[in-house]
Amino acid sequence: MMGLSKRTINRIHGILFKLPMMITCRSFEDFILAYLDDKLPPRQKFVLDTHLELCPECRDYLRACRISIELAKTSAREAEVYFPIEVPEKLIQAVLEAQKVQATSNRN
Amino acid sequence: MTICDDPDLSATKQERELASLQNKEHGRTEQFVRHHAGWMLAVANRVLRDRSHAEDAVQNAFAAVFKNLDSFNQKSSLKTWMHRIVVNEALMLLRKQSSTCEDSIDPFQSIFDENGCRIEEDWTTFRTPETILQQAQSSAQVIELIGRLPESYRVILVLRDIEELSTTEVADMLETSEANVRVKLHRARSALKKLLEPLIRGGAL
Ligand SMILES: [Zn+2]
Repeated sequence: MMGLSKRTINRIHGILFKLPMMITCRSFEDFILAYLDDKLPPRQKFVLDTHLELCPECRDYLRACRISIELAKTSAREAEVYFPIEVPEKLIQAVLEAQKVQATSNRN
Repeated sequence: MTICDDPDLSATKQERELASLQNKEHGRTEQFVRHHAGWMLAVANRVLRDRSHAEDAVQNAFAAVFKNLDSFNQKSSLKTWMHRIVVNEALMLLRKQSSTCEDSIDPFQSIFDENGCRIEEDWTTFRTPETILQQAQSSAQVIELIGRLPESYRVILVLRDIEELSTTEVADMLETSEANVRVKLHRARSALKKLLEPLIRGGAL
């Protein structure tokens, strides 16, 4: 589709996505969560896959989305490993103290 | 102790740990508390983003663990069970402190033109999570950006994508519908993607 302006491409997409088995990016948006979780019935998955084949915007969006989910996950893990929160001794002692009280009251 | 190197204590080790706790073996309680306090504090702090509130949550969580130890049914691993408990305690404290107004998440959502086509700025480069996280400070930046999400969205993203709870579990814990969790998770992910774009594209934040 070289030589065509983005506006024209979008207009063609606008028409194309109204054909049977096609959806617009706006409708695609409603299925992204299920798509990412891989929880769609085959027919719906096929419709979304077809849309992705044709639509670089949704493809890029989804790819960036996947990377950002992965970043959130991995950053939290890395932070826990490399910058662990030091457990204050007073917290340990408070927990043990409370446990002693609880154990005693259970016995009575 | 981290979530990575100790996903679950092995079954026999777990049984021994439980038995010695339930029999109140001398010194075992202290060992148990020291062994688990670190990761529990990390979980509580991710939910609450406040060190001292997180400590309170951990203390409450241990109390709940000791109180319910006898009824722990071993259907899940000990760690999974304790993880749910500390998340719950953290959420209880969060409910008490959270304000009623929060910023709108709308400015960070996807936009479409009059044909229903997505408007997405051109992507020329995608850096992988590995490349991004090789840079010192990246993980701190990501965590800081997650913290910028409006509270009710942030919590759902943390519970689903970082603590890896299911939609059903999150809905139960927050006393809301699964549909609401799904909608909010999608919006939270969209917003986070927007906030992380500069990092993913490779520019400076
Ligand atoms: Zn699209």
